[in-house]
Amino acid sequence: MKILKTIIIILLLIPKISFADDQLERNKITKNLRCLICQGQSVYDSDSDFANSMKILVDKKLEEGLSENQIYDFFKEKYGEWILYDPTLNKNTYILWLLPILIFLLGGAIIFKKLKFKK
Amino acid sequence: MKDKLIPPMVIISFIIIFLIFYKGLQETNIYTPKSEIKKDIPIFSSVYFDSKENVNSSEIFNSNKFYLLNIWASWCVPCRQEHSYLMKLSENNKVTLIGLNYKDNFNNAQNFLTKLGNPYETILLDEDGTISIEWGAYGVPETFLIHKNKIVSKYIGPLNEQLINEINSIIK
Repeated sequence: MKILKTIIIILLLIPKISFADDQLERNKITKNLRCLICQGQSVYDSDSDFANSMKILVDKKLEEGLSENQIYDFFKEKYGEWILYDPTLNKNTYILWLLPILIFLLGGAIIFKKLKFKK
Repeated sequence: MKDKLIPPMVIISFIIIFLIFYKGLQETNIYTPKSEIKKDIPIFSSVYFDSKENVNSSEIFNSNKFYLLNIWASWCVPCRQEHSYLMKLSENNKVTLIGLNYKDNFNNAQNFLTKLGNPYETILLDEDGTISIEWGAYGVPETFLIHKNKIVSKYIGPLNEQLINEINSIIK
């Protein structure tokens, strides 16, 4: 009888677990999407009409079986790279990605040289 | 020699940084999406405004003539401003006007059309706003000129005399 009860509880919990997974996935995606009409807020944070529609569409796309990256590509095609908070490395964003590294290396080199001279 | 070079280099760097920030301040920080010109129109399914019957977009945009898809709502004030221009454009038989009613109340939308006139040949419903996002729109009103299943031009915000002239020059 105990085993039967445990099985029933597990069966009842399965849809809830998968629902929670979907929610997590949806939250993760909407946190990386920019709300275009509220500037400075993610779709996840915003309660504007636009953001709410985006959330519904993300749910629909997840239901259709699209992966996280496919969903990002879908929105990128519609609104451009700006919609993503985490831009990918391409010809328009390479300065954004490489400049901090270059500055860091340059600064490091200057400090290293100075220290060497002092010795 | 090296020490002499440092102060001018620091000053130049500061000037460059100042110019970059100054230019950044001059530019508007309100983002407008790039015009989705020459992009294929999205395939979507919707519901007719009157009959509430399901319809697929391929049944609507099925010929090679010009279509003008206008996203509107009765609660949207700029939509009222542009409505007279849409009424004028509807007299031109070279273009078919399709309305996409965005997150609206049916009775309010119907009153809006009774009061101001109905320029649309077909009206579709976008109850949750997802169809507008499929089109790459971000608000109301927004208008797309379509030809051969491609977006020819996109107009964000209300249409005006100048934009109507532009549309007329494209479709003639």
